[in-house]
Amino acid sequence: MNRTLLYELAWILPSIAIPIGMLVAIVVTTFGMQIHVPTYAGVVRAQTVGETPPFDQPGVAQLGPGRYQVTLLAHTWAFQPNEIRVPAGSEVEFVATSRDVIHGLLIEGTNVNVMLVPGRITRMKARFPRPGEYLFICHEYCGIGHHVMFGKVLVEAAP
Amino acid sequence: MTTTPATPPPAGIAGISAVHRLTSAYLIVALLALLGANVPGLLQALDHAGLDLYPAAQPVLRSYYQGLTVHGVLNVLVWTTFFICGFLTFVTVYALRTPLASLRLAWATFWLMVVGLVLAAWPILTNEASVLFTFYPPLKAHPAFYLGLTLVVVGTWFVTANLALTYRRWRRSHPTERTPIAAFGSLVTFAMWTLASVGVAVEMLALLIPWSLGLVAEIDPLLARTLFWLTGHPIVYFWLLPAYVSWYAMVPRLAGGQLFSAPMARAAFILFLLLSTPLGLHHQFTDPGIWEQWKLLHAFLTFVVFFPSLLTFFNVVASLESGARARGGTGWVAWTRRLPWGDPALTAQVLAMILFAFGGIGGLVNASYNVNLIVHNTAWIVGHFHLTVGTAVTLSFMGITYWLVPLLSGRQLFSRRLALAQAWTWFVGMAVFSETLHRLGLLGMPRRTAMSLAPYVLPEWRGPLLLVGIGGVVLFVSGVLYFLNLGLTLVASRQPAAVEVPLAEYGDAEDHSPAFLDRFRPWLVAAVALVLVAYGPTLIHLLGTLSPVVGRRVW
Ligand code: HEM
Ligand SMILES: [Cu+2]
Ligand SMILES: [Cu+2]
Repeated sequence: MNRTLLYELAWILPSIAIPIGMLVAIVVTTFGMQIHVPTYAGVVRAQTVGETPPFDQPGVAQLGPGRYQVTLLAHTWAFQPNEIRVPAGSEVEFVATSRDVIHGLLIEGTNVNVMLVPGRITRMKARFPRPGEYLFICHEYCGIGHHVMFGKVLVEAAP
Repeated sequence: MTTTPATPPPAGIAGISAVHRLTSAYLIVALLALLGANVPGLLQALDHAGLDLYPAAQPVLRSYYQGLTVHGVLNVLVWTTFFICGFLTFVTVYALRTPLASLRLAWATFWLMVVGLVLAAWPILTNEASVLFTFYPPLKAHPAFYLGLTLVVVGTWFVTANLALTYRRWRRSHPTERTPIAAFGSLVTFAMWTLASVGVAVEMLALLIPWSLGLVAEIDPLLARTLFWLTGHPIVYFWLLPAYVSWYAMVPRLAGGQLFSAPMARAAFILFLLLSTPLGLHHQFTDPGIWEQWKLLHAFLTFVVFFPSLLTFFNVVASLESGARARGGTGWVAWTRRLPWGDPALTAQVLAMILFAFGGIGGLVNASYNVNLIVHNTAWIVGHFHLTVGTAVTLSFMGITYWLVPLLSGRQLFSRRLALAQAWTWFVGMAVFSETLHRLGLLGMPRRTAMSLAPYVLPEWRGPLLLVGIGGVVLFVSGVLYFLNLGLTLVASRQPAAVEVPLAEYGDAEDHSPAFLDRFRPWLVAAVALVLVAYGPTLIHLLGTLSPVVGRRVW
């Protein structure tokens, strides 16, 4: 074996091992730790979404002990609701969409970082273990008022 | 080891001065775009630092977002594309030492692209297309914007055709030789791009143009987005591969060495041809409406395409080392001091490579599927692509112009030291700017947002935001130094240029690449097949779940 080939292999083999290691890591975190990205969750007619359940009643609904669903409707340039109250320790599923253009939703301190595409439903779960105020913002350009589009999750100390 | 043969004088290739003129024309448009993008870039950085200068920019720029559209379109659609079309045509002709297949086609292509550019620029400048460079519907711009950009894309296809015909002419008279690396890389770049650009072409022709003209009322935003990203990921390789052509075929010569491994270089280019396109869903990890398992496949393929970049890194560093050792360098790291750091063409490109290493690491984070949930659409991404397209590509292209502009104009670069200062200030300014944006992203700060006007700025963002402003000012100054130097070269430099095309030709005898690493057709067929597998089911699913909406002009 000549020197050049040796050098090449010394570089190539780790270069193959690193991507494989990372792939294993994402498979483990996705299926082992259940950290999922959004997947297909249905369509809704954007023009009439305001009259279509569940988006006709945006807000927080309790599903069970410690489990909540937040129905969230985005439009230029606000979220409905823009204030969400849940007790600490709850698991919250967001069911969200947009009424007009593409918006984003990022909730500080959680895994919720998704796109809200008109006509499509986005579902994403978040946990709020600690009480506090969590900012959520639109992070996709949605027109001239994009930078004023935000809300807050108020996580209250469990009674 | 043999010494690299000298490049023959331009007189050796028929019609070479016409190619020089063509390249100059592309370069002028490209440089004007980069110059034009510099100002909104500065305004954005200052906005982040809390200084809202847009009231003073009226009526030229009516908003942060119009400025951001100008900045994005000029930088990544115009500066890159026009530079690449001019530069790779030049490189192919020189590397093959064969006249361009058709000069008339080449000029017609150039003017087609200019017409497209003007068509797209007009609505942007009149605030009729403030939709950013990604133009996601249902944001609805003036039809001329979409028509113009489509013409630019079609223009690039004619460049592909012209280069392919040139290659065929060369191949007929050189049936057994290996294609010189520089030409091989250039051809792969355009072949890959032509395949990849089908996505955005379909988006334009089938969805955006009829809709913006009012022929259809509604559009499916997710289908459009998916077609956009089918092209939108590989476009980053369309920007990057020309820099790789320079790093492989020219930087070794600038460093006084030679390419370490030609087969490895070819293998890297072929892997890019195969793998650049079937992974665009990694830009849509957080999108609704697309099945998770296809996103996972694209994540996996993204890791695979990291491999040829690692190969490139190794090969290029080894080539630099050969140059430094030939100049007396020793040691494991100490050899780097013997690189010709006094040459701005080399310095700019080596500095570009260094920052690119960090861009690559950040890219792995972005690609990592659920880890992407932390960084998606935050300032992290802005930090990332200013390292990649904003530095690896842009600073490399600037380095190239430090020999190319003197060669084309016949005038010595006005000031070598100014050029060195420019490369280093870009490096330092970008390091600060980009590192800070990465941190802000981890703190949850959004991108594409007029921060000085946002009512929700968190206290922990404020310090870093100031640094973004400072880094941006340094970058702006670096840009000014760059254009000052080029301008003075054209008007005030009295010395005739003493430069050559730094093509580090691998002598034929030196290149032991096997023949399958010098083919196009089988790899192209495989590339098409991979795209069909990776995208077919998702596109069919999207067509089966269409959910169209009306357009909006919300700016
Ligand atoms: C003077 C140098 C530059 C400065 C000060 C600068 C500054 C900025 C800033 C602050 C943003 C963030 C805007 C936001 O997310 O709200 C931005 C966005 C961007 N920049 Fe630069 N930039 C510079 C050069 C470049 C170069 C050379 C390129 C590429 C060739 C580039 C490509 C982009 C792109 C593609 C965006 C994103 C646009 C979008 O989100 O639609 N920039 N720039
Ligand atoms: Cu929004
Ligand atoms: Cu990508």
